[in-house]
Amino acid sequence: MSDNQTAISANHLTKRFGDFIAANDITFDVKQGEIFGFLGANGAGKTTAMRMLCGLSRPTSGTSTVAGFDVYKQTELIKKNIGYMSQKFSLYEDLTISENIRFFGGIYGLSNAQLKEKGEILIADLGLENQTKKLVGELPLGWKQKLSFSVAMLHHPKIVFLDEPTGGVDPVTRRQFWDLIYAAANSGTTIFVTTHYMDEAEYCNRISIMVDGKIEALDSPANLKKQFKTDSMDDVFYELARGAKRGE
Amino acid sequence: MTRTEIVNTTGQSMDSKMTSVGVRCKSLTKTYQKGGVKAVDHVSFEIEKGELFGLIGPDGAGKTSIFRMLTTLLLPDEGSAEVDGLDIVKDYKAIRSTVGYMPGRFSLYQDLTVEENLTFFATLFNTTIEANYDLIKDIYVQIEPFKTRRAGKLSGGMKQKLALCCALIHKPTVLFLDEPTTGVDVVSRKEFWEMLQRLKEQGITILVSTPYMDEATLCDRIALIQNGKILSIDSPANIITTFPEKLYAVKAADIYQLLKDIRAYETVKSCFAFGEYLHVTFKEQTIDTETDLHHYLVSKNHEALEIKKIDPTIEDCFIRLIS
Repeated sequence: MSDNQTAISANHLTKRFGDFIAANDITFDVKQGEIFGFLGANGAGKTTAMRMLCGLSRPTSGTSTVAGFDVYKQTELIKKNIGYMSQKFSLYEDLTISENIRFFGGIYGLSNAQLKEKGEILIADLGLENQTKKLVGELPLGWKQKLSFSVAMLHHPKIVFLDEPTGGVDPVTRRQFWDLIYAAANSGTTIFVTTHYMDEAEYCNRISIMVDGKIEALDSPANLKKQFKTDSMDDVFYELARGAKRGE
Repeated sequence: MTRTEIVNTTGQSMDSKMTSVGVRCKSLTKTYQKGGVKAVDHVSFEIEKGELFGLIGPDGAGKTSIFRMLTTLLLPDEGSAEVDGLDIVKDYKAIRSTVGYMPGRFSLYQDLTVEENLTFFATLFNTTIEANYDLIKDIYVQIEPFKTRRAGKLSGGMKQKLALCCALIHKPTVLFLDEPTTGVDVVSRKEFWEMLQRLKEQGITILVSTPYMDEATLCDRIALIQNGKILSIDSPANIITTFPEKLYAVKAADIYQLLKDIRAYETVKSCFAFGEYLHVTFKEQTIDTETDLHHYLVSKNHEALEIKKIDPTIEDCFIRLIS
């Protein structure tokens, strides 16, 4: 696979905290334009791994490049070329929709002209023309999520990291969110997403499942179901995660 | 130990054996921000004693507000409710000593150990861990190895089990569990529902809320709720039979293109993604519906095409009710 078709590559990536090996010998590649699902039970090491890939945490050993940049030496370039959205933090609740777009656009390095143009397209795409002065805190959760995703995409990053982006919303809103993800992937953005919803795992081209710090499965949902002789991703996950020691 | 007789404020004996209703609410309403937000909109339902009843709906549907009213933490603006025959307004003190409550966020003492938390709650309810140990034993043995660990240092699944033990320690007649499985992984979720089944066998009335539609099928009956209003109340099996149209599952190699093509197909009524399949309903149903769809999709060059009729799930029903 040539380098400009690989969005993320990780080789024996490891993170230790003292004696505790949070992420253990992680190796995988993600192709440009792929929707890659990064699954695992709580405590399995997903967040640790994601932080290393986003340039937020220095690995203990191993190598990795994200959007072509090295995770040890080029963390600032990584941050400029990725988008990030999580359940725990997305947009500022006490700023308006417009203010959030201006703020994050500025952080992502967009010029005033670019900001104006892309901001208007974002607002039009989501149909928020009459609400730009509304505080984000007043929006229903589903709208916050869609807006947050769009803001993470403002600077057209090559890769977008989504950390449990659809928790808690109704089934229709959840699917509208995935429509946005599909459209982004279709136009070449690589999507790296973690989720607890196993049906969302099926929307991914490939998924990996982490257990106790290691990757214990890496394949397409269809292949994993064949491998575990089941027609449900729920069962695949359960089979792998049930023996985990780190739930304790 | 003699059983204390519960009386309501007018002195009448409310021996709860006389009624088979565990929880009843009539037109329960709650608004916030001076009437600006109607969080709970004239909600009515009845739960039988010993029933495992699910309140199924997304964030903001009103589940937590309903729970807070039923556990006497919040006063309703309109309507009334009874828990085990006791009125939530007039008999709130009695309710508080007889219900178990596990609120949405972990609310135990993070810096007390597992054992200290349990002892604390037992003492609060004037009992001891030993008195009702049988009830919590199955759950407690899983966290007992960690009994000297501070609650804040437990994993999500373990915290859940501890919270459940603390809610059961005084042998409540009614158990309220507000989103006990949110944010918890698949394995812990499965184990938790197995524990609930065992508790139900002991005759405890259980009201549990969840945004996970697949958990709905594990309840005796469910109420689907959205925007403060109840959409439907029945057993999961009955709700599924009320789905009005035939439902088809469709799959192809390029799911995203399939989604776009099906939505552009004139006779399609709805098309939603469900994992590797799309669930499709039609505006009109004829004998040719399936074959016509097949021809259309083949003409769009779809590979690995599969179309089949399926039974709807609770999620299909919920989506139908809110669309």
